[in-house]
Amino acid sequence: MSGVRVLVGTKKGAFVLTSDGKRTSWDVSGPHFAGWEIYHVKGSPAEPRRIWASQTSGWFGQQIQRSDDGGKTWEPVGNEFAYDGVPGTHQWYDGTPHPWEFARVWHLEPSRTDPDTVYAGVEDAALFRSRDGGRTWNELSGLRGHGSGPHWQPGAGGMCLHTILLDPRDEKRIFVAISAAGTFRSDDAGATWKPINRGLKSEGIPDSEAEVGHCVHRIALHPSRPDTLFMQKHWDVMRSDDGGETWREVSGNLPTDFGFPIDVHAHEPETIYVVPIKSDSEHFPPDGKLRVYRSRSGGNEWEPLTNGLPQRDCYVNVLRDAMAVDALDPCGIYFGTTGGQVYASADAGDRWTPIVSHLPSVLSVEVQTLP
Amino acid sequence: MTTGPHAIRVVLPAHLKKLARVDGEVTVDVAGEATIGSVLDALEARFPALRGTMRDHARTKRRPFVRFFACEQDLSHEGFATPLPERVARGTEPFLVVGAMAGG
Repeated sequence: MSGVRVLVGTKKGAFVLTSDGKRTSWDVSGPHFAGWEIYHVKGSPAEPRRIWASQTSGWFGQQIQRSDDGGKTWEPVGNEFAYDGVPGTHQWYDGTPHPWEFARVWHLEPSRTDPDTVYAGVEDAALFRSRDGGRTWNELSGLRGHGSGPHWQPGAGGMCLHTILLDPRDEKRIFVAISAAGTFRSDDAGATWKPINRGLKSEGIPDSEAEVGHCVHRIALHPSRPDTLFMQKHWDVMRSDDGGETWREVSGNLPTDFGFPIDVHAHEPETIYVVPIKSDSEHFPPDGKLRVYRSRSGGNEWEPLTNGLPQRDCYVNVLRDAMAVDALDPCGIYFGTTGGQVYASADAGDRWTPIVSHLPSVLSVEVQTLP
Repeated sequence: MTTGPHAIRVVLPAHLKKLARVDGEVTVDVAGEATIGSVLDALEARFPALRGTMRDHARTKRRPFVRFFACEQDLSHEGFATPLPERVARGTEPFLVVGAMAGG
């Protein structure tokens, strides 16, 4: 029988949650790498037993861990992320030039086809790639070097490259998102890049429609329609149908269009999910009610999903990489909170139950659908 | 000053012991002069997972929240070429790698 493996990164370790296809009974293993911040854990689509984890600490720096047995055992691999050439500077919070300095890996994106190839999105924002199973990492420096890099500025959480999407039709096409620079696309496997932010409007920057400078929180696509992108921006939920060339707002009737994650149903490319958060300073759900919002029309018309979620006194946040969907039918949706809960819905969001309720603050949630 | 080879006793913080997959104190061999840098070189050579955890990959800067103690002295601000105290070089006392205290 098929099953799922939910990979959870938290402030104090990683957890692996497994279940069969019913998704009602769960086995919980962890904490792995106890005491370390685990920004992201993600499995290889090409070899599901291979899982990558970004393990980081203010004391001891960055580790990349790799498992080749589905998360039972782990091996540290290469952890040297050296910027290509002279790193140069970006803008600091006060507008002065600040040297690029590696801080941590926010996101690991394994190749869809090659188990040894994996991309890493890092702070200070840059994209790295390993083609040797994580042993060595090389920067795809055309991103920082395409021209606007010196004008990028950190958001409140640091200047991080947090989202990497690989086009399933053609892995040479890569989308990345950076807080607070915006969204960028490469059509040549990361050699050259262009900003793709036309249509975004951000009141928090001097030119609200600038080519770069937008605080994009996350982007998502459905594998069957890789030219359609969905975005949760700092404020605003956006959509593009031309590979990011132009964007339009689809926030519609959301109670607030601030939030972090956005994801797409595994079998319905027009069904998308967000978790509205009250505001940029009040990082909790409006009215103390934790509600996932689902649109079955690709945006604009949204319905609240509340069954099984706390509807009073709830003041957690759901971070950008803390939502994922499985590929079973019906589609399973998962998200983790800063309060340490991981919620699952085995029916596309109609009903929710907590898998675990008392983990450390959740930084990321990914899911693998197992044969 | 004693000349090498030296068997240097090192106490690692708990997280680095786990990364290196060791329990308790470790001993590393240093061929030449026992300095902070030569001990870190020996540690990183024997336990590659420790590369980048105590100092940067260029081996030029100590990570800010990692401290080096020996014989009740804080050597954290000394250069990597600084010789270790005689008692550490002779193996009487350990070299301590410490995660800086934090919290409130």
